[in-house]
Amino acid sequence: MSGGTYYVPEQSKLPIFASFSLFLTVFGAANWINGNSYGTWLFFAGGLMFAAVLWNWFSIVISENMAGKNSPQLKQSYVIGMGWFIFSEVMFFAAFFGALFYIRTLAVPWLAGEGDGGASSELLWPGFEAQWPLMTTPDMAVNGEEALRKGPEQNMSWPGFGGLLSWLPFWNTAILMTSSVTVHFAHTAIKNNKRKQFNIMLGLTVLLGVIFLILQAEEYIHAYTELGLTLESGIYGSTFFMLTGFHGAHVTMGTMMLLIMWLRSVTKGHFKPDDNFGFEAASWYWHFVDVVWVGLFFAVYVFG
Amino acid sequence: MAHGPAKGITRWLYTTNHKDIGSMYLWFSFAMFFLGGIFALVIRAELFQPGLQIVEPNFFNQMTTMHGLVMVFGAVMPAFVGLANWMIPMHIGAPDMALPRMNNWSFWILPFAFAMLSSTLFMQGGAPNFGWTFYAPLSTTYAPPSVTFFIFAVHIMGASSIMGAINIIATIVNMRAPGMTYMKMPLFVWTWLITAFLLIAVMPVLAGVVTMMLMDIHFGTSFFDAAGGGDPVLFQHVFWFFGHPEVYIMILPAFGIVSAIIPTFARKPLFGYASMVYATAAIAFLSFVVWAHHMFTVGLPIAGELFFMWATMLIAVPTGVKIFNWVATMFRGAMTFETPMLFSIAFVILFTIGGFSGLMLAIAPADFQYHDTYFVVAHFHYVLVPGAIFSITAGVYYWLPKWCGNMYNETMGKMHFWLAFIGLNVTFFPMHFSGLAGMPRRIPDYNMMFADWNMISSVGAFLFGAAQVMFLYNVIATIVSGKKATDEVWENPEGLEWTVASPAPYHTFSTPPELK
Repeated sequence: MSGGTYYVPEQSKLPIFASFSLFLTVFGAANWINGNSYGTWLFFAGGLMFAAVLWNWFSIVISENMAGKNSPQLKQSYVIGMGWFIFSEVMFFAAFFGALFYIRTLAVPWLAGEGDGGASSELLWPGFEAQWPLMTTPDMAVNGEEALRKGPEQNMSWPGFGGLLSWLPFWNTAILMTSSVTVHFAHTAIKNNKRKQFNIMLGLTVLLGVIFLILQAEEYIHAYTELGLTLESGIYGSTFFMLTGFHGAHVTMGTMMLLIMWLRSVTKGHFKPDDNFGFEAASWYWHFVDVVWVGLFFAVYVFG
Repeated sequence: MAHGPAKGITRWLYTTNHKDIGSMYLWFSFAMFFLGGIFALVIRAELFQPGLQIVEPNFFNQMTTMHGLVMVFGAVMPAFVGLANWMIPMHIGAPDMALPRMNNWSFWILPFAFAMLSSTLFMQGGAPNFGWTFYAPLSTTYAPPSVTFFIFAVHIMGASSIMGAINIIATIVNMRAPGMTYMKMPLFVWTWLITAFLLIAVMPVLAGVVTMMLMDIHFGTSFFDAAGGGDPVLFQHVFWFFGHPEVYIMILPAFGIVSAIIPTFARKPLFGYASMVYATAAIAFLSFVVWAHHMFTVGLPIAGELFFMWATMLIAVPTGVKIFNWVATMFRGAMTFETPMLFSIAFVILFTIGGFSGLMLAIAPADFQYHDTYFVVAHFHYVLVPGAIFSITAGVYYWLPKWCGNMYNETMGKMHFWLAFIGLNVTFFPMHFSGLAGMPRRIPDYNMMFADWNMISSVGAFLFGAAQVMFLYNVIATIVSGKKATDEVWENPEGLEWTVASPAPYHTFSTPPELK
């Protein structure tokens, strides 16, 4: 609540262009996936246009703030908006975590004959046994080598304490945890007006994000080429790649956001001790992807 | 800040004004209401008699699917967002929505999304034909190619809903005029605050489930495929985790509208304001723990059946509180029966009927008989048509004079009401009987024994459709050539919106009003 006046922007072309380019992107994607060759072009044209619109949109918001148009009340609207946006992301991941838990604790045992409907397992999937990670799919239990839905040859699970140091997910966890700390230090630095320290800490965070992504790519290559673990490796492959893949996509986004914040600070000297929400929002996002990773680390890797 | 609207088409394309955006939402919703209505009439025309007369079975399935999708995502939800855009800033004394550009973005995604969804009707293999609930594997293994377009349309309309909801929460939390404490907010604002929370919580889950579909269809994953260790029932769990809160998204704002209208025409303050707020919150909370009551027959463990049965029945308690409060508000009031009031009273009575059939469906053992019959169709049309649609209609009649400055034609409004009221009951009441007798949903043909009730339902549907044409005419006539309305419009209505001129100026409350 506030008694002051609230800045209501003039007419803007941004929303209609954002809508149109978003439409082009998804319309292109759908055509591409369905095998229409022009879909690819539409997708990239739309995506590029969308990125340009967002670039413009953020520049306008930044220049409005620097022109002093934003009252404390308006700034609060951005804070609230970012908070609820992150909540919506949490719920998106919740759908995939929920699917994983349901499959592991209920669906797979039921397929193997547990519970009230157990008899149907004998008829539909004779010989299938519950296990997690699911290496032998019901299809394989029945059809052997003829199976269309095959499990992975090896999985990504906890190697025991002995193999910890040569286990990639462990290092990835350490890297993301560290980056959460460095981004926090960057925040403290800018609040205390220590520009140099802010740039170093934020740059370090970006670097750690990039290293994480490289290692994650390494892990995927390893999985595809050596472990026989792909997106098509039954439900284990589905949940593994969808959860870690969406997380990786969010880390990519977060790294880009932080990188832009770093460039803004280094090249233009943006952000003040008491006015740095652009950076703070990106750091919130970064902490969010870290928390998701901790959930993944335990649910997908350690207890996987 | 500009003082009036811009000229020409760019006013609508580039606007950041909550009233413009609200109007666009409402007109878009109106258009979708007629489109979805036409689909419904195709269904009812085919079902007028047993046997196949008018359409192919596959096209019939496309009609049931598109009717549901267009009505839920194109008609009801945007109508409520339109009302929110118009009324929330005026209800709380705010100059506009908190994030005006994002507001326009939320709207303009929708025409694109629905153009894409509707275009599937002309694609190879036809439009989605797996029902609006798009259960796997009908929507995955056996789906037409257009399902990919459906999936992406759902993605972007979900993004629109999430942004709209974030905007509404930011507005309500951050933009209230001094003195407008939470417990002084009009109930429409309260119900929308809670609805927005539901939207942000469940629209991402819908995005998740359609993403799993996309991956299963095109990229070889096994989420809904038992052969790979997945489970088609998983689809239903994730879908209904979204779907049940979704049905409350379509009814909570309705509660808010009716809670504004009944006190005005009963000339008494709303009975039990605080209990209304708490009941809304309780309903929203419970909506997260009842989803599997849509799935009683899929083979849930007995403990699951019992939990979801009891949790579902619990919802009757806060809902009962609301019904009691509306009746108590009317009790010994100086009632008059203008069109908004007629729709609101019909809402209270008919929504209660839909609520009771919901209680019947909540009884897990009994549900084995009702499941997937026309009884279910009767139930959810009794909560959605007199619930969501009637409340939106009531809201439009109630606030239209404030929006455009002109009074609607009361006689025609009443005729619209009675036609719609009779049409809806003639359409949907017989479905209880055909459903209990065993007529299944979503089929183009049926046993001779259901012929009479179906014929009556079809007659009612066309009557209801005709009533809506009258509504459209009345709205346009009001805007174009209605008689001037006063600033207060009604007799001593409560709320800040009545303190401004009719029509409401382009910018209201640029400096916030003082509340005592």
